[in-house]
Amino acid sequence: MNKKSGIVFLAVVSLMLFGCPPKEAQQGGGATTSAAGGGGEILVGEYGSLTGPQATFGQSTHNGIMLAVDEINAAGGINGKKIKVITEDDQSKPEEASNAVSKLISQNGVIAVLGEVASSASKAAAPECQANKVPMITPSSTNEAVTKIGDYIFRMCFIDNYQGPVMANFAIQDLHSTRAAILTDMKNDYSTGLTSVIEETYQKAGKQIVAKANYANGDADFHSQLTAIRAANPDVIFVPGYYTDVGQIASQARELGIKVPFVGGDGWESPKLLEIGGKALEGCFYANHYFSDDPSPIVHDFVQKYEQRNKVKPDALAALGYDAARVLGDALKRSGGKGGADLKNAIAATKNFAGVTGTITLGPDRNPINKKIVIEEVKNGQLTLRKSIEPK
Amino acid sequence: METILQNLLNGIALGSIYALIALGYTMVYGILKLINFAHGDVFMVGSYAGFYAGNALMKQSNHPSVVHLALVMLTSMLACAMLGFTIERVAYRPLRNAPRIASLITAIGVSFFLEYGGQLVFGPDPKFFPTLLDKQVLHFGSVTTTNYQLIVLGVAIVVMGVLQWIVFGTKFGRAMRAVSFNFETAALMGIPVDRVISLTFILGSTLAAVGGILFSLSYPKIDPLMGVLPGLKAFVSAVLGGIGNVPGAVVGGIVIGIIEAFVGGSPLSSWRDAITFVILILILLFRPSGLFGKYQAEKV
Amino acid sequence: MKKLPWWLRDLMYLAVFVAILLGITYGLDAVASVYPVMRYYNRILAMIGINITLAVSLNIINGHAGQFSLGHAGFMGVGAYMSAALTFYTFAPIVAKYPEGSMQAWIAQNGLFLVAILAGGLVAAIAGYLVGLPSLRLRGDYLAIVTLGFGEIIRVIILNVDKVGAARGFSGIPTWANFFWVYFFCVMTILISIRLVASSVGRAFLAIREDEIAANAMGVDTTRFKVKAFVIGSFLAGVAGALFAHYPPAYLNPTAFTFLRSFDLVVMVVLGGLGSISGSIVAAVVLTYLQEGLRAFSEYRMVVYSLVLIILMRTRPQGLLGRRELWDFLPKRKDTTAPERDSGPAVD
Repeated sequence: MNKKSGIVFLAVVSLMLFGCPPKEAQQGGGATTSAAGGGGEILVGEYGSLTGPQATFGQSTHNGIMLAVDEINAAGGINGKKIKVITEDDQSKPEEASNAVSKLISQNGVIAVLGEVASSASKAAAPECQANKVPMITPSSTNEAVTKIGDYIFRMCFIDNYQGPVMANFAIQDLHSTRAAILTDMKNDYSTGLTSVIEETYQKAGKQIVAKANYANGDADFHSQLTAIRAANPDVIFVPGYYTDVGQIASQARELGIKVPFVGGDGWESPKLLEIGGKALEGCFYANHYFSDDPSPIVHDFVQKYEQRNKVKPDALAALGYDAARVLGDALKRSGGKGGADLKNAIAATKNFAGVTGTITLGPDRNPINKKIVIEEVKNGQLTLRKSIEPK
Repeated sequence: METILQNLLNGIALGSIYALIALGYTMVYGILKLINFAHGDVFMVGSYAGFYAGNALMKQSNHPSVVHLALVMLTSMLACAMLGFTIERVAYRPLRNAPRIASLITAIGVSFFLEYGGQLVFGPDPKFFPTLLDKQVLHFGSVTTTNYQLIVLGVAIVVMGVLQWIVFGTKFGRAMRAVSFNFETAALMGIPVDRVISLTFILGSTLAAVGGILFSLSYPKIDPLMGVLPGLKAFVSAVLGGIGNVPGAVVGGIVIGIIEAFVGGSPLSSWRDAITFVILILILLFRPSGLFGKYQAEKV
Repeated sequence: MKKLPWWLRDLMYLAVFVAILLGITYGLDAVASVYPVMRYYNRILAMIGINITLAVSLNIINGHAGQFSLGHAGFMGVGAYMSAALTFYTFAPIVAKYPEGSMQAWIAQNGLFLVAILAGGLVAAIAGYLVGLPSLRLRGDYLAIVTLGFGEIIRVIILNVDKVGAARGFSGIPTWANFFWVYFFCVMTILISIRLVASSVGRAFLAIREDEIAANAMGVDTTRFKVKAFVIGSFLAGVAGALFAHYPPAYLNPTAFTFLRSFDLVVMVVLGGLGSISGSIVAAVVLTYLQEGLRAFSEYRMVVYSLVLIILMRTRPQGLLGRRELWDFLPKRKDTTAPERDSGPAVD
């Protein structure tokens, strides 16, 4: 019995090992040539967190990308060729992101890659794109280091060095803050990066950071950190974290009698923010890429189409995914459907592109120059536009 | 001074929840000598059962009340009791005489099955637990607490008393203690060992449900992996108090909660999650039987 | 052949082995430069090698000595971060002094890399000693929970050390690992493991696994041997971590070493057969490949793994191969010097 099952097991193993790879290798090889040559499709890879703790980010981005790609294809595609998106899930894990991108490039033969939201995942995958000379556009990784990896890495959103000062200056000018506290998510590089930028700007303006505390994404209890913050008596509290924690932080702060406003960044953006935070977030502010109730025709149009398709309001990540895919489509048209250096140069030359999240012009460091940034306020249980900072 | 008092209160509130979960660990370990890794996940399922029951109830009458809380709690306890019974029946009972490593691997398997099965069934993104009872903030000078926190502490102490009574004051409790000494001898004395173990699991899982509901009431964000860290910390609490010891689990939970609160409120807040495990290693080094436990040499 | 002293003979074997590995390495590189598709497979091949190292080393702890560790990824993380910090801050500047592509640079790079790998292993072993000693004095299940907690401690420590990137992750590590290094240590791990089982230390491990109290009564210093198994396993996990850190994309992130990763490894060891070296190897190969091949079903992976574990423990608690090795299925030579393998009376 034991011997038999062992042999069966061996047979299965050998089948898996030696049976599959050559087949896939052929497919992969075929895809490479068709993408480079004159087939009927242009292959574009997408990697994102479709499962795992940041799944809502990945799914929104994916919906935005697919909406844009379907529109481009419906309008005739790229010189008659349709764009085909191959999506890989990285389970919200950076090391999986790099594996996924490696597969997309060498096995599927994609000529461009879209993704990720989380900066840590983008940083893990970008070297792979750079080494293979496949352009990558990250829709929404705000960490500065991502595009520094190489000249094939682009981004669609503003960076933390831009967002952070806006948040700090907003607190100083509009909220007349002089004493701030910062509550940082230790586990999240987005949060630690944004914290240092905010701190720097705020202190340069001659104001004082009176308390700093840390939590870890997924914590439930913030009472003790908030107690320490309360003792320092700040007039504003920065929480540069994700929406999943902000709601709880605010409601526990109100419990402890902390009445000052919270100010956050684009990590707060989610349809679930108010569901979790409720009344506690009243009078709080966060910086964002776009405002979904913006009356301008391009935003209104996008929101309508997206809602029709996905039955929910698009968040900023969906909008950025949409813009990233459209910028890529535009560049592909200019490169004549070619990848490699041609596509890289075409993306780099993107100028005054009318996106949902503002007018996009890519600078020499492959980041958008002077992108629009909005500050949203929670008022009467609704998100309202407090301030829109247009490019100078 | 007021900060210290406030942190003490924060710690007791958090620790009461650890204590509730730790009680379940202690019960099961006391009788089976098995670390039921899945206990933290039963706690999670309890929260989700409460989430669905609570939302259904709120649709009927959108008015938070104690009755709501009690109904939801009962539903969740029932769901977890069934889950605990099933887990013991399907996964642990067939392995009762197998090597310990097999039971441990199974326990880990059950735990991951609940966590990732939960991600498939409930979705990976966090959900918001309905407000079943209006929150009231209570002020004592500049120190604040809520009615939730008082309820949690009260329930933990009452449950501890009831458990202590069950273990030492009832016939079932005597059977449990007999089984925990030796399965075979207990069986020879006419004790239905299987039934006693099943009931212990049901009792432990019911406690996890109570913990789950009270936790979600105070910290209304729930997700399928929410049971992992509280579960681990509750286990450390149980070890600290002396595993198998009922009042020990409660004291251990509260001590861990207070330590966490003070670390979290200090400039060392970024080390908070590590502290619990450092404590665990220190206990194992210096007092492996815990604060109230008795050292037992391993028997053949 | 008989006249050669043992060390000369072993040295010759080593030379042949190194030459073959170098040949394969350069061959694979050459193929990959012509067919870019192969790069993906080279990468999977390297991941398989690293996972074999991890699974076989975990098998020493879980399979041979019968202790249950859930922190293998933590020790891997210690080795990865230690070696990466060493190469990034100290060794890379030394190598950069030599002209690129020169012989001296090549020698410096590979020599220093070897030092970094061993340093990574050593630090992981020290960590293993510190964690293992208190928990291994007690009943086996404490080790499971302490190692679980240890993974958490490691994560928090990394998050608090800005020099290694904290939450940003550690990037810019020199990409010095390649097929050669991965498989050199992979084969070494397997050899160490095989020799260990046959040695007196290995016999002591087996005695502890079968019955700790009896082993103690027979004069086996159980704590010492349990700690020994644990330290050896941790050392090899640290080595695997060092290789992982230097293999492209050479980016480390604290989330890569959580107990999810440890759980993957436990599944490999248990599935292959607790105590079976070849079983761990086969399981590591198959599961690593499946993880890539079935990426689209990753949502179900953990659910399936956990179900497999539960069912396996009920029906075949010794794993697919049990404690036997693949080579036990081969027809036996006349004079086997290998010790007879016990078929595991406790569970069979």
